[in-house]
Amino acid sequence: MTDLVLLGDEAVALGAIHAGLTAAYAYPGTPATEILEYLLRHEKTFGGPHAAWCTNEKTAYEAALGVSFAGRRTMASMKHVGLNVAADPFMNSAIVSINGGLVVVVADDPGMHSSQNEQDSRYYADFARIVCLEPANQQEAYDMTREAFDLSERFKIPVLIRLVTRLAHSRAVVRVRDARPQNPVGRAPVPSSWILLPANARRQWHSLLERQPQFLEWSENGAFNHLRLNEERRDLGVITTGIARNYYLENLDELGYQPAHLHIGAYPVPVELVRRLLGHVARILVLEEGYPYVERMVRGIVASDVEFLGRESGAVPPDGELTPDIVRRALGLHERHGQEIPGLSLPSRPPQLCTGCPHADSFDAIKQAIAGFETPVVTSDIGCYTLGALPPYSAVESCVCMGASVGMARGAAEAGLQPALALIGDSTFLHSGITPLLDAVAANTDMTLIILDNETTAMTGGQPTILPPSRIEKLVLGLGVDPAHCHVITAHHRHTDQNREVIRKEVEYPGLSVIIAVRECIETLRTKKRA
Amino acid sequence: MKYDIILAGVGGQGVLSVSGIIASSAMKEGLFVKQSEVHGMSQRGGAVLANLRLADAPIASDLIPLGCASLILSMEPLESLRYLRYLSTDGAVITSTNPVVNIPDYPELDGLLDHIRSLPSARLVDGEKLARAAGSARATNMVMVGAASHRLPVKVETLEHYIQTTFAAKGEKVVETNLKAFRAGREAAA
Repeated sequence: MTDLVLLGDEAVALGAIHAGLTAAYAYPGTPATEILEYLLRHEKTFGGPHAAWCTNEKTAYEAALGVSFAGRRTMASMKHVGLNVAADPFMNSAIVSINGGLVVVVADDPGMHSSQNEQDSRYYADFARIVCLEPANQQEAYDMTREAFDLSERFKIPVLIRLVTRLAHSRAVVRVRDARPQNPVGRAPVPSSWILLPANARRQWHSLLERQPQFLEWSENGAFNHLRLNEERRDLGVITTGIARNYYLENLDELGYQPAHLHIGAYPVPVELVRRLLGHVARILVLEEGYPYVERMVRGIVASDVEFLGRESGAVPPDGELTPDIVRRALGLHERHGQEIPGLSLPSRPPQLCTGCPHADSFDAIKQAIAGFETPVVTSDIGCYTLGALPPYSAVESCVCMGASVGMARGAAEAGLQPALALIGDSTFLHSGITPLLDAVAANTDMTLIILDNETTAMTGGQPTILPPSRIEKLVLGLGVDPAHCHVITAHHRHTDQNREVIRKEVEYPGLSVIIAVRECIETLRTKKRA
Repeated sequence: MKYDIILAGVGGQGVLSVSGIIASSAMKEGLFVKQSEVHGMSQRGGAVLANLRLADAPIASDLIPLGCASLILSMEPLESLRYLRYLSTDGAVITSTNPVVNIPDYPELDGLLDHIRSLPSARLVDGEKLARAAGSARATNMVMVGAASHRLPVKVETLEHYIQTTFAAKGEKVVETNLKAFRAGREAAA
């Protein structure tokens, strides 16, 4: 046994390695990025297991499925909204009979530190009717990941591990155990279990439903869910899930007694344990990070004598991240105060583009090029350049999901907003921008796509893009974009005048144009120079 | 023993290195540690906050509760005031006086520094000047570790050991600069 200091993300990565991982796949996304980064460093040092960035979360998940098909252990990791992209293979992978252990790690971002929503991945596990594990600390992140592979092979399902930002990006000591060897290659014993033709799919779906009681039995009797009743105090019971337990324990000493407590670290929700708690107390406080998933399920819609406190009752705010102080208030403890300077108000300091960022120069050229048009629209996408929505640029009008800028510009143009421009980064374009561009090619939509090519995945820390930058132009031309309306420009303020003219000309052209604005990210350039 | 530290600064100022060096030192000396960091979007020139918790017993929450921090250690004066509500009534602020002015409404500096001086316990250090004298303005964060070292529940030798370890890969000169910066900060706050 060895003690290591690990981020929650790294504890998951090392847990997977020690569980006999053969290959892992991912697309960068905060707060999950450090999982694959750890695996890549490990592979570089020790020669394996295999780790690779992929085009997007769907392709990552499908590669992982192939490893499982071949009988070996595999992991796909992503941020919460990445699972939306991978939802198709994810949902259907619950129907096949998983062969080698398949673990999908999803890092939710309650409070939206670096995301456009705070969706709760436990619903996805429920939706797919599979098992979900929710670690409360770095040690559990390691232990649960190891166990997740065993469960996946035992139940023949993918197992979802749900992390949240505060665990993913917090460090503590983790005690690690000896590694298990990798599985040998071995095909699934029943080939038709992977061919989801309707006749097979119906049989497989039925089999998954038949296995539900096994999952429940495991959840109710396993080590990750535990109930402790207090015969002396039957007024309050507390349900915690995941890291909410930490905030509860932080305040427990001051409460002066130990309420009956059910902690849930594994799903499906352990029904029998919940029933025992409900039968024991008059009020239940549910503390969970994210949506009121357990709270809604436990309260249901049938009238009950038990009073429910949680996000839906207002005892806990309906949105945002939990904190020790929110939990404190929900427990009825007095609020704590720190220091303050009365009347002092501080300006906020939002994130912003780095000095010398190529995107800033692109925004200048674009704003100049569309000046004077009555109804221009500039859609944008997910990346550093989303910061172009903020002053001093105020250059873009949308940010919805990976690739949405391209399809939205098409729709806005066809609805009558002209000229329509879409701004997307190189990595985001490769992730989800190619297919909507194909739509625009087929329709010869009157729009201008500007690919901001900084030769990296910048926002998440400069991971390499899946294609070398020089190949993006060939890719665009290969999709059928007219070469006369496809340009490569240099995103530098020395070129702003000529860039403005190129953009202006293409904006005025009544058809599809693509402009690739190239200059390497200032941050990755600096890192390279330092190395 | 519990010692909670709020580490504040602006993306790019080396807040995570400060957190890492103090955390490693505390662990070496047998303390329990939880170190919550900020990655991703807010690192791009925005306000950066790290929570570092040290204790002689296991720590539950990764986040520091309101009014519980013993120390706010800040790389920048405006940021030193942003998290005062987390600072216990007998806690201290130690901050560099060098502003990072990357927002249009940055407050007037003298007034800002007066606000900091008005706190029950505050120590202002011209981190950048001392770091330059040590060899590089980039070592401002190590000046601030030095300035805080009188209050941290870890030995100076341990902190110096982890400064060496942290910068070893960048060569002897960088290690020397950062150690000098640390010692200058320690002396300035003595």
